[in-house]
Amino acid sequence: MDSKIEKVILLGSGALKIGEAGEFDYSGSQALKALKEEGIYTVLINPNIATIQTSENIADRVYFLPVTPEFVEQVIERERPQGILLAFGGQTALNCGVKLYESGVLEKYGVRVLGTPVQAIIDTEDREKFVEKLAEINVKTIRSHAVTTVDDAKKVAEELGYPIIIRAAYTLGGLGSGFCNNAEELDALASKAFNYSPQILVEKSLKGWKEVEYEVVRDRYDNCITVCNMENFDPLGIHTGESIVVAPSQTLTNSEYHKLRKLAIRIIRHIGIVGECNVQYALDPESEDYRVIEVNARLSRSSALASKATGYPLAFVAAKLGLGYGLHELKNSVTKSTTACFEPALDYIVCKIPRWDLGKFKGVSRELGSSMKSVGEVMAIGRNFEEAIQKGLRMIGQGMHGFVANKELQTADLDTALSHPTDKRIFFIANALKHGYSVDRIHELTKIDKWFLYKLENIIAIEHRLEAFDSLEALPDALLLEAKQRGFSDFQIARKVLHPADADMERGIMQVREERKRRGIIPFIKQIDTLAAEYPAQTNYLYVTYNAVAHDIDFPKDDLGVVVLGSGAYRIGSSVEFDWCSVNAANTIRQNGLRSIMINYNPETVSTDYDMCDRLYFDELTFERVLDITDLEAPRGVIVSVGGQIPNNLAMRLQTAGVPILGTSAVDIDRAEDRHLFSQMCDELGIDQPRWRELTSLEDIYEFADEVGFPLLIRPSYVLSGAAMNVVSNRGELEHFLTLATNVSKQHPVVVTEFIENAKEIEIDAVAKDGEVLVYAISEHVEFAGVHSGDATMVFPPQKMYVETMRRIKKISRQVAQGLHISGPFNMQLMAKNNDIKVIECNLRASRSFPFVSKVLKVNFIEIATKIMLGLPVEIPHRSAFELDYVGIKAPQFSFSRLQKTDPVLGVEMASTGEVGCIGDDFYEAILKSMISVGYAIPKRNVLLSTGDSRSKTDMIGPAKALQEKGYHLYATQGTADFLAQNGVKAEVLHWPDSPEKPNTLDYIKERKIDLVINIPKNLSESELHNDYTIRRSAIDFNIPLITNARLASAFIYAFCRLDRKEIKIKSWNEY
Amino acid sequence: MSDKKAAVLILEDGTKFEGFSFGADRSVSGEVVFNTAMMGYPESLTDPSYRGQILVLTYPLIGNYGVPPFTEEDGMLKFFESDSIHIKALVVADYSFEYSHWNAAQSLADWLKANDVPAIYGVDTRAVTKIIREKGAMLGKVVVEGEPEPAEFDDPNRRNLVAEVSCREPITYGSGKYKVVLVDCGCKLNIVRCLLKRGVEVIRVPWDYDFTTIDYDGLMLGNGPGDPQMCGKTVEHIRRAMEIGKPIFGICLGNQLLAIAAGASTFKLKYGHRSHNQPALMVGTDQAMITSQNHGFAVDPSGLGPDWEPYFVNLNDGTNEGIRHRTKPFFSVQFHPEATSGPVDTEFLFDHFIENIEKYNG
Repeated sequence: MDSKIEKVILLGSGALKIGEAGEFDYSGSQALKALKEEGIYTVLINPNIATIQTSENIADRVYFLPVTPEFVEQVIERERPQGILLAFGGQTALNCGVKLYESGVLEKYGVRVLGTPVQAIIDTEDREKFVEKLAEINVKTIRSHAVTTVDDAKKVAEELGYPIIIRAAYTLGGLGSGFCNNAEELDALASKAFNYSPQILVEKSLKGWKEVEYEVVRDRYDNCITVCNMENFDPLGIHTGESIVVAPSQTLTNSEYHKLRKLAIRIIRHIGIVGECNVQYALDPESEDYRVIEVNARLSRSSALASKATGYPLAFVAAKLGLGYGLHELKNSVTKSTTACFEPALDYIVCKIPRWDLGKFKGVSRELGSSMKSVGEVMAIGRNFEEAIQKGLRMIGQGMHGFVANKELQTADLDTALSHPTDKRIFFIANALKHGYSVDRIHELTKIDKWFLYKLENIIAIEHRLEAFDSLEALPDALLLEAKQRGFSDFQIARKVLHPADADMERGIMQVREERKRRGIIPFIKQIDTLAAEYPAQTNYLYVTYNAVAHDIDFPKDDLGVVVLGSGAYRIGSSVEFDWCSVNAANTIRQNGLRSIMINYNPETVSTDYDMCDRLYFDELTFERVLDITDLEAPRGVIVSVGGQIPNNLAMRLQTAGVPILGTSAVDIDRAEDRHLFSQMCDELGIDQPRWRELTSLEDIYEFADEVGFPLLIRPSYVLSGAAMNVVSNRGELEHFLTLATNVSKQHPVVVTEFIENAKEIEIDAVAKDGEVLVYAISEHVEFAGVHSGDATMVFPPQKMYVETMRRIKKISRQVAQGLHISGPFNMQLMAKNNDIKVIECNLRASRSFPFVSKVLKVNFIEIATKIMLGLPVEIPHRSAFELDYVGIKAPQFSFSRLQKTDPVLGVEMASTGEVGCIGDDFYEAILKSMISVGYAIPKRNVLLSTGDSRSKTDMIGPAKALQEKGYHLYATQGTADFLAQNGVKAEVLHWPDSPEKPNTLDYIKERKIDLVINIPKNLSESELHNDYTIRRSAIDFNIPLITNARLASAFIYAFCRLDRKEIKIKSWNEY
Repeated sequence: MSDKKAAVLILEDGTKFEGFSFGADRSVSGEVVFNTAMMGYPESLTDPSYRGQILVLTYPLIGNYGVPPFTEEDGMLKFFESDSIHIKALVVADYSFEYSHWNAAQSLADWLKANDVPAIYGVDTRAVTKIIREKGAMLGKVVVEGEPEPAEFDDPNRRNLVAEVSCREPITYGSGKYKVVLVDCGCKLNIVRCLLKRGVEVIRVPWDYDFTTIDYDGLMLGNGPGDPQMCGKTVEHIRRAMEIGKPIFGICLGNQLLAIAAGASTFKLKYGHRSHNQPALMVGTDQAMITSQNHGFAVDPSGLGPDWEPYFVNLNDGTNEGIRHRTKPFFSVQFHPEATSGPVDTEFLFDHFIENIEKYNG
């Protein structure tokens, strides 16, 4: 190790976004741990306040600041580190680091990049350099050849070999592109393409090729290992982040595996990586021909997955290698006796499945392709493919019970559903197999390797065999066992054999469970030990399988085990915050001499690092699986309140099954969850709620609308299309929504709620013991109620709230805590208008904002909550929000640019994929830091205003004046410009996108003449005018900052008009 | 399913693992060993070093890509390591009845049946492995339903397995400036291929053949099964070759034989090294390599003469992974630089051998 390195800066990845999510909390945390072990002082820059890496005792110093070159330079100037790590914070950190290198900042301050040299990073990031670099060692990449005549196109095609793909250069939307299987087809298509463009690009078509990845590690002695390879279930054409992936590869021979492995090592050596990199290949399914698709010279989503899949701590090792260690000088942290210089041998298969939330976005295309849209992923471990994939399909939490025994998806055209992949394709394969499609035909349509399809066919075959029985007694042991071994849940077996009505499902599941336990058909616990049992390992990294006859571990019945249920797949509304809560609960359990037992299956998390708890069950969070584990572990209790909604929903069922639930009782949790019970309690306590009704007919809904007036919030229980919730402003919209988007009936009631406009939204996060509130944090939203709390900008402590309002909120929360006998964390959302306070929602669990308020207040709410749940004494910290002389602001991160065609507006459905939390000396400083952290920039000169209805137009006069005074040049659409002119603000008119007149808004956006777009939607309904949509969407597509909320726009504008960028203070967390 | 035929693995210590048969209808006995490799079953099954052994694969999904065709190239089967399956029986967790690969000609089950080799699936191979790891290598039986159980546990290490698998007559492959004698104690065909790739003529001779009668340029000591102490004759010939002084390169059993010829002894490992992920450090350097291994015996280098030194050492358990002569062009390794199956990182040792030959010839 290099002894001159005493202080190191690590760049984090900022807010979670599509393509850059929780995996970087995991990799950064591991790297910091590795550095700390060496006695190095660590400085972390990451505005993502909900992460583990930004918690106490991980880094020595944490800056909640944007990961941008100018902020990082200021931190470097202040901290004067000797080294910097760029590979642990995704593309954000890498891009920032490359800029700092190119601008000479790193050299200026004498900061050395540890690990892979920056030049190597640049060589892999720049497409042309990358192709050249690999050509130097005769490694094949995917090349485009530009040609200007049909004859040249044919010549290139002959060289490359058919099929080929041609693309017309300089056209949008793939005009003139297509596949050609022979010279005739090329002739026809190329001639057409030259009509659009003088130049066409000819590429070899790799459609249907296998996609295979390798995770490679290299040290400074040139020692290389490949930690893992992975094979995509979905062939080339679908982004690997959108693909179902298995590890290790399943359909590669020894020759193919080692050919690609050898190439990967040659590449990593030639590029000069020190640390970890990922090599992606396309492999011909008919030969050993290959192409390198891309090389990632940093820790990636795939490396996080590889780490979890193998148990090999890639990020930890990569950090050590960056410090100068050799692989052979490091120990395998699982066995603790063997070396880190080895390649893990797996004796199981893992299956990663992406989690999409496309239903949350308006107008987004569901078809999968080369860009990523998924918001999270799961990893399932099994000892055969069927077991792993069925587990995985349950884990993604989209209401599916595995590969089969689901409600069949409807499609008019099954062939298209197979050949045009969407987030639902795997289930259409199930349909196809059931409807007699052969494996060959499905392979034709999907190009998925037949091996995978045969395995899926096995599941269907077992389903058919189960269907032949209609009682459990008649079901033979062998078939029951085989079904369990192939990943069938008790639910699936119950549905296939007992055919219970939905209402009786619970009883059916328990019948199956009892029956198989009676027959001794129970699962076993196996370890993940990196060496396939070759060496003894003290590993606590576990999974559950029916393909075994013995447990790998013992179960001490000492009443010291406490189970923490984790959060499952990241999704819109549930992500890294709950991981922070889970990890903190596990830490508290451990610190108090108890054994922490974590159950979670999300490979992007820190909670699934096996050194974060005493036992990690990397397995399902289903009722069945949790019971399997509690049967064996016989824990003191289970904590259901730190992992978000998934564990919360299990509370009642677990308690009924006799599992001790720690903290607030399941009955009380249910009283908060059940709308009717909760309202009843509120009524008894005299707590106000917005008026609501659960209604089953259109007439009743209209009647209720007449009673409370518009707007109304509509929550259907059955959705035909589009978002589940909506706000309607008038009768026309109500009718439109109810008839088109939903189905109202006795079976499918609709919840209609009064929607109060221009009300302040407030949240309280608190922890109570036996109904008494011990700690609390009240925050306010910048936006008015109506923007989902997950999309709102949150201020803590509140800066613009009446003391009276605060007092009333405290009183209400005390009443609720008492009424529900809360022992543990809870969160309430309220709205206030003129000191009238109404409760919107109450959750008896930790909320998304727990890490934010805990870190701003510097009081760990989860630690307190966990101690209470464990029945341990707690010290009540006497730190009050009133004493804080700084402000914390949590701001949402949106990923609209990844979601083509989506309308980037905010509404009652959450759309953000992540968030940041920054601290400032005052509101303006905090809002600037947080908004810059989520990608906004202070505009240089030109601002486009289009400010919606008259109320928001009025609201925007002040900010517009501030902009004018500050010397900004304002552009506005006609109505807004007129309104501003009447109020003494000058704005140049830009015409609507659909107008032929110039100057036009669209041209200005496309030419990037605008630095900030403010477009406020005119009403709350879905039916936004096309012009406004075009402005918003093109702002996103051309990467211009966009704000669609008047309150947020005002806050941001005032902030940058009143506070100069240079006045933003560079202060670490501990300095507040 | 009623057409499933039961089969059972019985270990010497009495433990039984029940599963189903997917190979030949035959019951057998042999030494039970485990391999942790995740691919390469056609290569492993035809590796003569597995002679007499019941092979347990820890990787559970087996048979996925079928079995390649019996294509010949350079007078050898192109996709296999010898002409036949050498294992006594195969034990896996999950057999893939359907396979999928462009180069597959038949299923693993059909191939096993054609070679009269029994096989079981549905076994918790991790549990088997843990028993062997804890108690050491042991004998076992694979008994297929309806086929009589062998009365005794057969210990293959008591036999001269090398004699069973070695070629009977010398065979010549390729042509070139240099002649390399390959002593076939049960060598894998890829050793031949690796030599041919480097443009030499290979004369493969039986294990007990007096190759010193041949005017060779280099001596290659190949891998093979069983206890090295059974190969006294080969060791004698190696001693003579050492006097001749021409380059020698040994692999696996070849390493053990060269070490014995150089004065060292060998011993049986508790459960052997059979995997694709064994790290070997080149002694005196920071160069560590991932190697493919398949051996039950190891060299104790303490008896080596002063002219010899350890070449490689295993980073996990510190056992010897190779030796070399301090002055003469003799070296050998315990791992498999010819790979197949396994990582190819140490194939450069063949180049090293050829360089030694070139140097020797001035």
